[in-house]
Amino acid sequence: MDLLGESFPMLLKGLWMTLMLGVVSFVIGCVLGAAIAMARLSSPLPVRIVMWCYVALFRGTPLLIQVFLIYFGLPQLGVDIPPIQSAILAFSLYASAYLSEHFRAAIVGVDKGQWEAANSLGMSYPRMLRRVIFPQAVRLATPSVSGQFIHLIKDTSLASVITVVELTRVAESVGTASFEYMQAFLIAAAAYLLINTTLTLGQGLLERRMEKAYA
Amino acid sequence: MSNDDCTIRVEEVHKRFGSLEVLKGVSVSVTRGEVIVVMGPSGSGKTTLIRCMNLLEEPDSGTVSVCGRVISCGPGCKGRERAREIREIRTRAAMVFQQFNLFPHMTALENIIEGPLSVRGLRRPDAIALGERLLARVGLAEKRDEHPARLSGGQKQRVAIARALAMEPEVILFDEPTSALDPELHLEVLQVIRELADEGMTMVVVTHEVQFAREAADRVLFMDDGHILEEAPPADFFANPRHARARTFLRLVAHTSEPLEHAEEPPLPLHTG
Repeated sequence: MDLLGESFPMLLKGLWMTLMLGVVSFVIGCVLGAAIAMARLSSPLPVRIVMWCYVALFRGTPLLIQVFLIYFGLPQLGVDIPPIQSAILAFSLYASAYLSEHFRAAIVGVDKGQWEAANSLGMSYPRMLRRVIFPQAVRLATPSVSGQFIHLIKDTSLASVITVVELTRVAESVGTASFEYMQAFLIAAAAYLLINTTLTLGQGLLERRMEKAYA
Repeated sequence: MSNDDCTIRVEEVHKRFGSLEVLKGVSVSVTRGEVIVVMGPSGSGKTTLIRCMNLLEEPDSGTVSVCGRVISCGPGCKGRERAREIREIRTRAAMVFQQFNLFPHMTALENIIEGPLSVRGLRRPDAIALGERLLARVGLAEKRDEHPARLSGGQKQRVAIARALAMEPEVILFDEPTSALDPELHLEVLQVIRELADEGMTMVVVTHEVQFAREAADRVLFMDDGHILEEAPPADFFANPRHARARTFLRLVAHTSEPLEHAEEPPLPLHTG
């Protein structure tokens, strides 16, 4: 337990970085993902094909490779991105591919009768989405999107390999310095678990609240 | 309600879904104030026909016009202009669905005022006043702030009727409005539709409710296999249907649905949920 006391400030810093990477990438991923989902639902065919390829590419390749391509590969093309920004870029693009699929599934999952009712009122397409479809899609998407957030928090540990000092990196250096690897990594694992359990509980709360709004 | 001679005209409409031709050249016109009941076996095309009347389904060929409004833009013209024309037609021909299709995230009142706010551009206080008036009219004033999940099927359908009325349409299209309801809830919905008919609302009602058709319809259309087989005042149609198909159908319907002998009585007590 001594180790925890000594390295606490460092661990806290790492934890903060992990949270920052996770939250920022998630937010950017959501915005991009929503745009991709909409483009895949209502765009000319060429745009849809491009979006399909994007999703296939980022879901079909390992995140670590994407991180390496951005951090080590791009400088060869003259694009030099610092570690933290590289990590955020990779995580955001990767998350957006998955999130777009969750959003798309949720929108498509809204009962066909809802579209018809909105249509038969003569609502315009943007209005229909905003007033009728999105509020219901949000509810449908909540479980899978929260799950994606949890994945993302864990995936941020990959930033450690490109020198970003986040939770995993801190644990590693604490372990190396003290040879107390077991303790160091267990502490890191507990921290991840704490974040994700909080997220899971938050998701439950959110779902119950939305359930209430319907009754 | 600007046009005094607002007619729905369906001319030579064909519609196919994949290899199945559902409408095989159907023509019908509905004049202002008329109540038309469409009957026929399932798969005969009756639902598709009324869905064509507000362009939820677009005919493959033939024309649909509502108060003289047609989709004038041809195959070459797409996009915004066409969407606008379709929306305009839809605001004149409101639809009440078999499955109600109320918006579950909105209260009864919010469901009703969505169209007036979003489409007709009413101011919020005016829309609310209209919504409250319509809720009272369908006997649900006290359900103003309930979500659909808290309403019985009959109450949901009455809210859906109020939502259609809120658009102040020229015609209301009813797609089997009682088919998803338990038998004891049919009456409260039919009563509301009946009152609208008595007030002179133009309506096209797809239903198997024989009693309702007898009492409220000006004309009954009997559809079979994508055609309108018979078209007659209800008294004629029910007394002597000319086609064997219609006779068979009426025999089956008579067996499956209880005759509504007490249609003059007030609706059953409302479910309180």
